[in-house]
Amino acid sequence: MAGATAGIVRPKRPPPWNDPRVRGIIFQVLFVAAVLGIGAFLVHNTLVNLHRQNIATGFGFLGREAAFGIGESLIEYAPSDTYARAFLVGLTNTLYVAALGIVLATIVGTVMGLARLSGNWLVRKLAQVYVETFRNIPLALQLFFWWGLLRQGAPAPRQAWHLLPGVLVSNRGIVFPVPQPSPVYGWMGLALLIGVAATWAVRRWATQRQARTGAPFPTGWAGVALIAGLPLAVFAAAGAPLHLDMPELHGFNFSGGTSLSPEFGALLIGLVVYTGTFIAEIVRAGILAVSWGQSEAAMALGLSQGQRMRLIVLPQALRVIIPPMTSQYLNLTKNSSLAVIIGYPDLVSVANTTMNQTGQAIEGITLIMAVYLTISLTISASMNLYNRAVALVER
Amino acid sequence: MTDITDRDLPLPAENRAPRTHGVLHWLRVNLFSSIFNTLLTLLALYLLAITIPPVIRWALVDAIWSAPNGNACRGDGACWAFVGEKLRFIVFGRYPYDQQWRPLLVVLIFVSLIIASCNRRLWGRRLGALWLGGLVAVGVLMWGGVAGLPYVETLLWSGLPLTLILAVVGMAFGFPLGILLALGRRSDLPAVRAICVAYIELVRGVPLITVLFMASVMLPLFLPSGFTVDKLLRAQIAFILFAAAYLAEIVRGGLQAIPKGQVEAADALGLGYWQRTRLIVLPQALALVIPPLVNTFIGAFKDTSLVIIIGLFDLLGTVNAALSDANWQGFYVEAYVTVAAIYFCFCFFMSRYSQMLEREFNKSRRR
Repeated sequence: MAGATAGIVRPKRPPPWNDPRVRGIIFQVLFVAAVLGIGAFLVHNTLVNLHRQNIATGFGFLGREAAFGIGESLIEYAPSDTYARAFLVGLTNTLYVAALGIVLATIVGTVMGLARLSGNWLVRKLAQVYVETFRNIPLALQLFFWWGLLRQGAPAPRQAWHLLPGVLVSNRGIVFPVPQPSPVYGWMGLALLIGVAATWAVRRWATQRQARTGAPFPTGWAGVALIAGLPLAVFAAAGAPLHLDMPELHGFNFSGGTSLSPEFGALLIGLVVYTGTFIAEIVRAGILAVSWGQSEAAMALGLSQGQRMRLIVLPQALRVIIPPMTSQYLNLTKNSSLAVIIGYPDLVSVANTTMNQTGQAIEGITLIMAVYLTISLTISASMNLYNRAVALVER
Repeated sequence: MTDITDRDLPLPAENRAPRTHGVLHWLRVNLFSSIFNTLLTLLALYLLAITIPPVIRWALVDAIWSAPNGNACRGDGACWAFVGEKLRFIVFGRYPYDQQWRPLLVVLIFVSLIIASCNRRLWGRRLGALWLGGLVAVGVLMWGGVAGLPYVETLLWSGLPLTLILAVVGMAFGFPLGILLALGRRSDLPAVRAICVAYIELVRGVPLITVLFMASVMLPLFLPSGFTVDKLLRAQIAFILFAAAYLAEIVRGGLQAIPKGQVEAADALGLGYWQRTRLIVLPQALALVIPPLVNTFIGAFKDTSLVIIIGLFDLLGTVNAALSDANWQGFYVEAYVTVAAIYFCFCFFMSRYSQMLEREFNKSRRR
């Protein structure tokens, strides 16, 4: 503005119907009114319909007796327990398969992603065949396939396949021995915790010393020795008390040991194999995103291949990898709801039975949605925290 | 090297430049370049040796290609006779047998539309018109009731045509809704933004199964009494609402990539919000996100298999129905492999296409 003394000439206010602010407010009021109106219409219809069909509302049913059995459960459950308890069983089953699935899919995906970048032609092509095949077949179909294979392809318990001594595969699932409880295991757990703490201290000391003197210290090996060595030392010192609870054939089924049902096995295999393909592609893209100049610079500094990967490439690749990895973890957790089609009693499956028994579909679906939203938000919040830790810190 | 005489000496054999062509060289570089690589190669070869021959024996050598019923078909190998017997049912399901040329035509229309869409020279209004015409033709063929075609109710629609209809219609209607949601999420109006964010995050935070349950169980409750929606339409609405939330996030990615100067220039020209969005912002934003859109379509195509939960007979539903035939029991591997092959053909082709698009887009952006 040239005339500084004249002050700022304000443009004349437009008439209210042309003022963007006024128009914005009017539009928003109309929009919210429309959304609320539609919502109220639906709620009204629902209440009328529920009343007409004599369906109860509210979460009172949670305290009543469930009266249906659940095939497998991590916590104590009997049909005489309440619906709330049944939901809890479903929730623990969902979390169990999702947690195991996330760990295993990360391992499978990372190995396959690295294999797709391997210098070995055969390994590279095999990994590519794995990724392209299983990524392009719907998960539901894969679950039916694995389930059919485990249930009908596997022999009856009498002719079970002996994979390892004590590990038996039959159409009743996989049974394997578990160690019988012993007080020594508690001490081993304590030793493990001490090992982890000691590793953390060693790492701190080694980093400080390297910053001061430049002398490196093999923290990785020391950590392995502490974390694995201490519990093993306790185990050996206590006289190695290993009593396995071996599964044995009694009549038509096994007793002893622990078993995984075919449903659980199929769900876990399906989730891991399917999500593994997506994680493989994410890992591959993340590593390719680190420019080759970084590797060349690392080589010029004389770092070995392992050091180059660990110190230069991976920290930068992780920044690219973590956001899409988070959404894959979320996908895996949400996809575990497909358990309902093969009959693994996860949250959705339990809720489905409940809805059929009580007719209270709205409450059942609300519970499922609330649980999944909580899980989703928790996973993405924790991954965001981790992401912040590895993100590029700029000036 | 400072010593000049060194150069005249013949190099020892291992220092000579290695041969850079031929099978042996290729093998050495690609399979046996180090001890670790050699071990990997041997391991991979061992795995192939123990898996491939039994599979070939099962699928080809010992396979039974024709048999009158399931009991005549039991052996060490695959029973492809089962697939031969049931393929028509798996693909077209419960659609009236003598009218099955109609769904066949529908599948052909969809396939040719998808192939036509891959040709970038056709992109534009004409392709949109082509799809619209195609969808109308699909509706006429499937429903019938006109031009001498007998009417077929949607409960009988099944198999591959149903899978394709759910995926294509879900995307076609979810896309405009997704664009509106993305624009709403980027809007300056706080109320609009809050509602759009809530919708998108809610739908993306829950599994598709819950949305399908909701559509199949709760939608009838939402509507005034006496008003019913058929099962297929309920599933289709669930798909549209679900796809819209995912599409919205992709479109938002494209919107964020448009430089602010574009919007400012449009404002300076005196364009209003809708003109600016329609003429300046969206054409650029949508062009950027075509590869992820194709990937979403692949996801939607695979996700249609979940409608089995609410009792619709898509490709997965028909194959399970075929497997429950008392005359042909236990041929699940053959059946699932066949259906997997159908899904694979569609998805693999589309994912290859999206990868190719991505490469081309990156090429032009780098310039």
